[in-house]
Amino acid sequence: MTEYSWPDPATRPLLGKKISRVDGPVKSSGRAKYTYDYNPSGLLAGKILRCPFAHARITSIDTSAAEKMAGVKAVEIIQKTGTEIFWAGDEVVGVAAVDESTAEDAIRAIKVQYEVLPHFVSDAEPPKQIATNTGPISRDDFEDMEDNQVPDEQVIEAIQKNGISFHPDDKYLKDARESGVADKVVEALRTARYAPAVAVRSPYKQTALQTEGDPENAFASAAAVSEGLYGASCITHCCLETHGMAAEWPSPNEITVHISTQNLSGIAPQIAEPTGVPAGNIQVMQQYIGGGFGSKFGPDRWGLAATRLSKTAGGKPVKIMLERAAEQEVAGMRPSSFARVKVAADKDGKLSAWESRSWGTGGVGGGGTPPLPYIFQVPNQRKQNIAISTNQGSARAWRAPNHPQAAVITMGALDDLAAKMNIDPLDFITRNLDIAGPRAVVYREEFQIAAEMMQWKQNWHARGDKAAGPVKRGLGLSMHIWGGRGHNSDCDLTIHPDGSVEIKMATQDLGTGARTIITIVAADTLGIPMENVKLLIGDSRYPVSGASGGSTTSGGVTSSTRRAAVDARSRLFAKVAPSLNAKPEELEAVNVTVRVKSDPSRSLSWKEACSKVGAMPMTVRGKNPDKSKPPDLTNSGVGGVQMADVSVDTETGIVRINKMVAVQDCGLVVDVKTAESQVKGALIMGISYALYEEKILDPVTGRMLNPNMEFYKLAGITDIGELKVHMMTGKGYDERGVIGLAEPPVVSPGAAISNAVANAIGVRVPFLPLTPARVLEALHPGGFHESV
Amino acid sequence: MKDDDAPNPDQHSGLTRRDFIKISGVGAALPLALGPTVVHAAGEDVPVYGPGKTPLTLNVNGKKLTAELEPRVTLLDALRDQFNLTGAKRVCDRGACGACTVLLEGKPVYACSVLAIDVQAKSITTIEGLNGDDLIPPLRAMSTPSSGLTPVMEAFVENDAQQCGFCTPGFVVAATHLLEKHPQPTEDDIRRGLSGNFCRCGTYDGIKAAVLKRYGGGIGGDNQRGGAE
Repeated sequence: MTEYSWPDPATRPLLGKKISRVDGPVKSSGRAKYTYDYNPSGLLAGKILRCPFAHARITSIDTSAAEKMAGVKAVEIIQKTGTEIFWAGDEVVGVAAVDESTAEDAIRAIKVQYEVLPHFVSDAEPPKQIATNTGPISRDDFEDMEDNQVPDEQVIEAIQKNGISFHPDDKYLKDARESGVADKVVEALRTARYAPAVAVRSPYKQTALQTEGDPENAFASAAAVSEGLYGASCITHCCLETHGMAAEWPSPNEITVHISTQNLSGIAPQIAEPTGVPAGNIQVMQQYIGGGFGSKFGPDRWGLAATRLSKTAGGKPVKIMLERAAEQEVAGMRPSSFARVKVAADKDGKLSAWESRSWGTGGVGGGGTPPLPYIFQVPNQRKQNIAISTNQGSARAWRAPNHPQAAVITMGALDDLAAKMNIDPLDFITRNLDIAGPRAVVYREEFQIAAEMMQWKQNWHARGDKAAGPVKRGLGLSMHIWGGRGHNSDCDLTIHPDGSVEIKMATQDLGTGARTIITIVAADTLGIPMENVKLLIGDSRYPVSGASGGSTTSGGVTSSTRRAAVDARSRLFAKVAPSLNAKPEELEAVNVTVRVKSDPSRSLSWKEACSKVGAMPMTVRGKNPDKSKPPDLTNSGVGGVQMADVSVDTETGIVRINKMVAVQDCGLVVDVKTAESQVKGALIMGISYALYEEKILDPVTGRMLNPNMEFYKLAGITDIGELKVHMMTGKGYDERGVIGLAEPPVVSPGAAISNAVANAIGVRVPFLPLTPARVLEALHPGGFHESV
Repeated sequence: MKDDDAPNPDQHSGLTRRDFIKISGVGAALPLALGPTVVHAAGEDVPVYGPGKTPLTLNVNGKKLTAELEPRVTLLDALRDQFNLTGAKRVCDRGACGACTVLLEGKPVYACSVLAIDVQAKSITTIEGLNGDDLIPPLRAMSTPSSGLTPVMEAFVENDAQQCGFCTPGFVVAATHLLEKHPQPTEDDIRRGLSGNFCRCGTYDGIKAAVLKRYGGGIGGDNQRGGAE
């Protein structure tokens, strides 16, 4: 029987070691070519004219002057006269010209007039009295309720009371049932009364109040109750390589695309539909990507504009890369999320009740709904979320969508409750791990390791550093959970008669180390050096592999590579066995040889063995998932814990990181080196959003005030302190298979740092980022002046 | 759309201020290269370039490279778009992030904030030229052309000082200069020398390790060296 299982530590020369990333040399020498670097001769520069108003209607567009300009090759209107624009920076007209400056001049020559409409960009706390009856249930309302797991009875009640403003057909009802909506809810939908949608002026959309257990009684009988305000502001993805795409038409029915994307295999269908060109005639390419973080899954409106501009320009390549300001304003943000929380525990410090009123914005579509309370299944709960629709570019998945916000809110509230009860938060969390879900056992082990790395017991003090002087030091902690099961992935592995090995997969390496781990798995399985494996990714003509989102790539690409390599090895053994006078199952591939397990002296060099393949190369396809080739090589569910050590200058409000500790599990770690890098990267990104990053919108103009990199602040090399990472490996972890790592470690830094600041200065700074102004406001509510 | 290549005969005449303003108004419509026009202002003859394209020569990685560019073109755009030297990246486009760092006369500058026309007489070294034979001497001492990587680049690889890699060339150029200036850098030297560069993936710890472990005095490490000398 063919054995696909991950090999034991004793028989894996490369898996689980610390190996430098295979594309390190090409990156560190500046030779890696990104979409932004695509520079063929005849390349035209594309630019976009963007709406300067946060809410407006286009009343006229005059492109005649631009069209007459020398060097301008194509002008395409993206949104026509009459269109309502819902955020500043939205695309209106595209231009392609011989170079960027000519394109910019052409953009300036276009005259667009707007009827300016009222905008709303505030995500401040909604008023107490907002309409609870929002009229009939829209399709969005319904799907939001389902996404948020509103209890069935409440959904049915809302449908029956309010009616619905959409017509669910049989297909919709069937899809709903198949996606897990309860039969009785589907039936309520089917028999619902139709009522036309009401034009609602309020930007606030409130979910139904969700209740579990008996919060009333639980709060009344609690030993301690803590109330507080917590949250995290909107931030942007701030990819260093801005979003962008180059399109060209080699023939009237073919498109070639270079794009900065996390979703190489999924781009062609998204271009086929609007252009009418068959997806099979669309080739999508990308070797390197300068950051995505969840914001780069589609061609976007600018990519489609590049496609149309290229067609108009006779098929010449047109490249549109967003300017930094557009990147910050429209190409992705993480929703804000804030909450007033009341949380209670009994006399033993066991969590007994949770109440939250949360709100936030994710742009015009409303907002994300953080899973509250995070991780802890508090027995009695009452919670409600209000999504605020604001006139700004829509939210996109930002590394671990909704989890960092949920962690800041929940872990902050628990930390305050522990402080109120005079319990060390590490002790408090440990007492409640029995309601911490499926990874509870792992958290317990991880907290012990983290506490040792941070020397928590020695260094922790009760809330409020009593040391003399203005600089106060404190410790904080947080924890997180994520899925991370491997996505669907196909892999073609070819063994050439000369012994070279080639892998093709239409995946992408976001800097996570995907190239490295694919190469490690193939080389490890075949017993050859990594240099012998030629890995080809980044071309849609290779076998389809999933998008890199939700920490799904590592599990997916390694599983399909493992199956392909094991199958190729078996077929090679079958060809080689007669020469070694053995049966195929008696052979092994180690140390660049194929040899008889029981008698290693009977061996062929890898090259000799491969020459037995015949004149033609041998290609096998590996897949994930593949139930016909068990076991499952990937898994879902990881847990991690983090601790922060900070110093806060109470005179300036400046927070400095002294040290961060991260302990993380992710199943079998294929390459410990790149895995540790990714966790450190997450810590740094977390420090950045905890202390510095904020997408600031101007209520007057509705525009982002800091669409740049001097006032949209990222952490620099001086801001990170000492970073310590421990990966959970070995028994209990390795046998779970490969699980993704991109999201989980970025969840906790904000919460851990917020808690450390509270521990240092004795008061909670409610919202991230913990700017000096917010720290000083928390220390001196209302400011230093009695009145102005 | 007009034919790009049609010359405008008016441009060969001397410019009056009024002509200059007229031409400025349609500036981008003038693709033709022309040398400077000399105008007499404040008692001196002042050469005026543009607004159309003007021939210029840059000394990049020891080679003379020529192009016809509008005076408004930055050094970064000239390197990338004209000479296909794409190691330096445009990220913030206004001197905040360091991804476009190149060496000008051996000193790091943000190429997005320098006009190509202003640096014609100066030596420019990009990431692509760091291991070339034509480097200024201190840098040449640090290059190992055989591996294709400089020791700094090798240290970046060994210490996994890159993830997506987009900021990496800027960091490598800045780190190369840092080590030339401080062959035995302290952690403070590293922080100061590299605080002009941003990374989004979070590779700072690897970058610090790359520079410290390999070259740092007193820190120790697997491959200590004395730096440039």
